[in-house]
Amino acid sequence: MEHEDLKPPAAPARELRRRSALLGIGAVACVGAVDVGAFAYVSGRATPDRLTPGRLADGFETVFGKHPGFRRNHAKGVSVAGEFVASGAGTAVSEATVFEDGRRTPVTGRFSLSGGVPDVADATKTVRGLALRFDLPDGEQWRTAMVNLPVFQDRTPQGFYDRMLAFKALPDTGQPDPEKKAAFLAEHPETVRAMELAKKHPPTSGFADSTFNGLNAFHFTNSSGGSVPVRWSMVPLQPVRAAAKGPIGRNELFETLIDTFDGGPLRWRLVLTIGGPEDPLDDATLPWPDSRRTLDAGVLTLTSVHTEASGNARDVNFDPTVLPRGIAVSDDPLLSARSSVYARSFARRTGEPDTKGTVKVTGKHDD
Amino acid sequence: MTDAGAGAGAGAGAPVAESPPDPQGPGTDVPDRFTLFSRWLHWVMAALVVAMIFIGAAMVASLADYRLLVSVHKPLGMAVLLLAVVRLVNRFLHRAPPHPRAMGTGERRAALASECLMYGLMVSQPLVGWAMVSASDTPFTVLGVRVPPIAPAGPGIYSALHETHLVLGYALFILFTLHMLAILVHVLVLRDGLLGRMALWRTSRQEPVAVRRGGP
Repeated sequence: MEHEDLKPPAAPARELRRRSALLGIGAVACVGAVDVGAFAYVSGRATPDRLTPGRLADGFETVFGKHPGFRRNHAKGVSVAGEFVASGAGTAVSEATVFEDGRRTPVTGRFSLSGGVPDVADATKTVRGLALRFDLPDGEQWRTAMVNLPVFQDRTPQGFYDRMLAFKALPDTGQPDPEKKAAFLAEHPETVRAMELAKKHPPTSGFADSTFNGLNAFHFTNSSGGSVPVRWSMVPLQPVRAAAKGPIGRNELFETLIDTFDGGPLRWRLVLTIGGPEDPLDDATLPWPDSRRTLDAGVLTLTSVHTEASGNARDVNFDPTVLPRGIAVSDDPLLSARSSVYARSFARRTGEPDTKGTVKVTGKHDD
Repeated sequence: MTDAGAGAGAGAGAPVAESPPDPQGPGTDVPDRFTLFSRWLHWVMAALVVAMIFIGAAMVASLADYRLLVSVHKPLGMAVLLLAVVRLVNRFLHRAPPHPRAMGTGERRAALASECLMYGLMVSQPLVGWAMVSASDTPFTVLGVRVPPIAPAGPGIYSALHETHLVLGYALFILFTLHMLAILVHVLVLRDGLLGRMALWRTSRQEPVAVRRGGP
């Protein structure tokens, strides 16, 4: 009875409930799709053509092969140690304690050759790197990774990635595909200019007489709050000699460096170049005029050289954005990109089997 | 005028004092919603955690904004850790309001399990992130204050913590998504007033209270 009485009004009500439930389920599904879609988008999964730190790291593996445990770039290297003694001149532009007059700051460093092959044959033309980690008081650090080029070849990370693939050596000739190379250079006049400038600064005989440039611009702030743009360089105190013509031994650059330590420590002047108002801060392919004011901030003295191993430079990610108070990053797009890709390379290699450097330093140097 | 009525002061107190406790419904000591402080904590943390999940995912995939995102991610992570600890303590100090009666035992168990898992992740994820930065031997400052390392520096431990941080990040994203969708099912499909326990605003479930207070 009662059941039958309720039936007529219940039918449309049930229909309404069914509809609103369906609408509700639809709305829930939409929210879920937006949530998952947004996550896929920001994490780069929805855009396979977008260059990400992971894809840039993959690019190194494509070009140089996979070498577990080694850096994705500048894979061949040797660890060094020493100290930096400040002249005090740097305090004019930066409050960083590393510049205080007479302060001695311990330094861990690494000489390297560019490219992702850990046992690549040394060649004079291969870009040389010097990476440093200054250990300041109170746990502060200053990390920098420099090269012996006057300016960087690429303005953006995309340019770097495209150049790396376009200049990939072909297995039969050992040279890049001429068409790909030409096509890249046609689209990148800034790289052409940078390569021409590099020709005017030919490589020196080895690591010890190379000038290493930080390339990217940074903002230096002094204790009065004044801020200036700065690029820095390590200028050798060793006599500079021209590079040998013709091919050199497989490990000649590194062996010469290691032998040089027998004659005593190696020294570089840290030169800070103060940028002018018109100087580009976000384009590492453009040089600053030679007339810019420079400061001799002090002398880097490297006293020992070691095979890369646990506890030395091998375990340092020379992220150029790890900076002490008094130095800050500029808007140069390469800085953020370097930080992200170095982090990716570090995460990959630390998850791979432990390795030692391919450049072996014999016992007498390994103190 | 009775003593009870005089003690309550307002007319609204009288019906509550006079009516016997309902053995089926919530007793006088069991609230029908979380405390205002708990609800604020929940929503502030919800915003922070969701922001962190997406910042984390974007950061790992970004070249141009990596620096900026990392500089936001680290202090925000420490804020989540601090708030998560406050919330955990607060959760033990206050009883949770009951679930809607329509919720079955299995559903209640799932809700409790997801709550426990969420608390675990909100505390452990920032801790793992902090330890990971420590293991990388990179200086860590938040708002200019140096944060001490909580793990030894070393590539092996860094790698393990980094992997864990990634896995926990995905777990947080999945758990957040399930939590949000489950609540939306309760709000949009079941319409059982579950959100009223945590809402900062009044919902239909609380209307009887309002009526009782303002009514004769």
